[in-house]
Amino acid sequence: MTSASPADARGRTPRRRDSRRGDSIFFNLSRGAGVLLLVVMAAIAGFLTYRSALALGKNEGNFLTTFEWTPDAAKPVFGIAVLTFGTLVSALIAMIIAVPIAVGIALFISHYAPRRIAQPFAYLVDLLAAVPSIVYGLWGVLFLVPHMGGLTSWMDQYLGWTYIFSQSSSGVPPRNLFTVGILLAIMVLPIITAVTREVFRQVPRMHEEAALALGATRWEMIRTAVLPFGRPGIISASMLGLGRALGETIAVATVLSTNSKLTLHLLDPGGGTFAENIALKFNEAQPLGRDALMASGLVLFVITLLVNGAARVIIARRKEYSGAAA
Amino acid sequence: MNLRNGRSKALAIGAVALVSTLSLSACGTDDNTPSGGSSSGAAPAAKIACADKGGQLLAAGSTAQTPAIEVWKAAYGNACTGTSLTYSGGGSGAGVTQFNQGKVAFAGSDGALKQSEIDTSKTVCTGGQGIDLPMVGGLISIVFNVEGVDKLVVDGPTLAKIFDSQITKWNAPEIAALNPGVNLPAADIQAIHRSEDSGTTQNLTAYLGKAGGGAWKYPAAKSWSGQGGQSANGSAGVAALVKQTKNSISYVELSYAQSNKLNSAAIATGASKPVEATAANGATTLANAKIVGKGADLALDIDYATKAEGAYPLTLVTYEIVCDKGNKADTLPALKSFLTYTVSDEGQQAIGAVGYVPLPKELAGKVKTQIDALA
Repeated sequence: MTSASPADARGRTPRRRDSRRGDSIFFNLSRGAGVLLLVVMAAIAGFLTYRSALALGKNEGNFLTTFEWTPDAAKPVFGIAVLTFGTLVSALIAMIIAVPIAVGIALFISHYAPRRIAQPFAYLVDLLAAVPSIVYGLWGVLFLVPHMGGLTSWMDQYLGWTYIFSQSSSGVPPRNLFTVGILLAIMVLPIITAVTREVFRQVPRMHEEAALALGATRWEMIRTAVLPFGRPGIISASMLGLGRALGETIAVATVLSTNSKLTLHLLDPGGGTFAENIALKFNEAQPLGRDALMASGLVLFVITLLVNGAARVIIARRKEYSGAAA
Repeated sequence: MNLRNGRSKALAIGAVALVSTLSLSACGTDDNTPSGGSSSGAAPAAKIACADKGGQLLAAGSTAQTPAIEVWKAAYGNACTGTSLTYSGGGSGAGVTQFNQGKVAFAGSDGALKQSEIDTSKTVCTGGQGIDLPMVGGLISIVFNVEGVDKLVVDGPTLAKIFDSQITKWNAPEIAALNPGVNLPAADIQAIHRSEDSGTTQNLTAYLGKAGGGAWKYPAAKSWSGQGGQSANGSAGVAALVKQTKNSISYVELSYAQSNKLNSAAIATGASKPVEATAANGATTLANAKIVGKGADLALDIDYATKAEGAYPLTLVTYEIVCDKGNKADTLPALKSFLTYTVSDEGQQAIGAVGYVPLPKELAGKVKTQIDALA
C-alpha cells in the first residue's frame, strides 16, 4: 500500500510545461537525495570490496570454509564458516521465538485489549525499542545468563535426544547461541510488534464485520479476515527484525562466549557472529586484520541484501492474494 | 520558609556558608586518606614543579595506562593550571604511529619501540630518536572462584595446561600437588579468557610460553589460541564472569581483581615459597628486570621465568615514548614537568593506590635522569 501511494500522487498531478521554479528546485532536490543515497551505497560497497580484495589475496586458508580467524598471525588464516553459522542460527532462533509472540501482542493490542489498556501497552512495547543494545547486553550477561541455567539443563535432560539441545558438560554458564537467540528475540520484538500492529489496524472494518456477520467467532474472524490481510505486513516486519538480529553487535559480543568452533550443540558456549567478530577484533587489529574484517563485513552486507530481496519477492507474490489493494 | 525578615535571611546565608565549609573540609580529609599516606592532599600539588610556560600537551596510545594517566592528569592539572594534558587512548600502535608523525608530545605504549619504529622516529626527533621510558608498572592476577578455596597456588606449567584444557578438573594431581591440605572439588575447571584481542592476553601467553615448561605450544599473541574454555569481553566482562561462575579461573590486571574482590592465586616460581600477586612483589620483578634499551632508551626485559624471592612473574611495564633530543621546543618544558611528576614518588604512589605497580626506586631514578636530560 505504501508503495502504491507515491505513484497515485504522481499520476494525479499533471506535468506542466512551464513548471514553476519551486517545482524544478524541489524536483532537483529530491532527485539529488535519491542520487546521494545511491552514491553512498556504492561508496560503501566499493570500499568494502576494495579492502576485502586486499585481504583475500593474502589469506592462506579458504575464506568460506575456514573456522579460525587469525589474520594477523605470521601465516594469515581467516574464514567465515563459524561466523555465518552463528549469525544465521542466532537470528533464526530469535525469529522463531519473536515472530509468534509479536503477532500475539499485536493482535492483543489491535483486537482484544480495551482501548484503555491497549494504548499504554503499545507505548510500553515501543519503549523496548528505545533501550540501547549495550543495556540489553549487560542485562543479558548479568541477569539472563545466570538465570538460564535451569532452562538449559532442563532442555538438556528432556530434549537432549534432538542432538542440538544436548550439552557436552554441565555447570558451564550458558553463554551460547541459544541464549543469544533469546536476547535477540527480545530486542527485535518491539520492531515486529509495532509494524504488525499498524498493519492489523489497517484491516478494513468491512472485512471484519462481514466475517462476524457470517457467524464467525472472534478467532475465526481473525483467522479469515485479519491474518490473511496482514500477512505481507507480518513478513516485512519480520524482515526488519531479522535485519536487526543479523546485524546486532554489542549485545552479542557481551553475552556470547566466542571461539572458533562450529558446533550444532546450541547449548554449548562458542561460535560467533559477523558483527560481534568485527566489534571484538577491530580495536587491536593490524592492517591485514582490519581488511579481513572488512571482507567479513562485505559478506554480512550481501547476506542482508539477500534477506531483504527475499522478503520483497515474498511480499510481491502475496500481494494480490492478501487484498492489500482494498 | 519565608525569608522576608532581613535578619533571618542573614542567618540562613550564614548557615549555608557554615555547612558548605564543613562539607568542603570533610571532602578534603576524605581525599587525603587514599593518596598513599605519604603526604596530605595539598602537599603533592606543592611538590609538582610546573613548567614556566604552560600549554597544550598532546599524548596518545596504550589504553592499559589510561587510568594511570587520568589519575596523574587530575593531580597535575590541579597544581599546574597553565598546562592541559590530552591523552587519547586508541591503543599502543596508534600512539606510536602518531608519535612518529609528530602529532603528539609523547606516546604510551605496552611494548618497546621496534628498530624500524626507532628509525622512523629520527625524522621527528631532530638530532635524536624515540626512547622508551618505563613509567606504568602493572601485574596480571590469576583470579579464581572455587567454593571453599581461598588460597590457591599454581605454577607456569599448570596454568598452561589449565588454559589449554589439558587439565580439566580442579582436583587434578598437578593442582593438588601444589596445594597440599586444600580441599579441591572434583568439579570441571571453567577457564575463562578474553574474547577480544588484548595486551593482557599477550602478556599472559608470553608468560605461559616462557614459564610453561613447554606445555604452552602457541606463540605470544593478543588473540587467544588456547583450546576450550569460555570467553568474555573486556577485563570487566571477565571479572564479572569469574564472579558469577563457580569453579572458574581467569586472568585480569590487579586493579580488576582488587575492585571485584576476587581471590588471586599465588605462583610457585621456584622461590622458597609461592609468590602472592601484590604490587610489592611486582616491583621486585621490575627491579630485577634487565635494561635492554641502548643509550637513553630504558626498554626492559622482564624475566617471566624468574626464581627470585618475592618476585611475581606475571608483571609488565608500559612505556612513555619521547624523543631523547629534538622534542618540540614549545612543549618540552611541560613534557619534562609532567613526566618528572609521574616518575616521582608521589606520582607512582598515586597510581599504586589504583592497582598499578609503583616503579622500584632505582629504576625510577634512572628514568628521572633521562627525563632531566630530555632536550
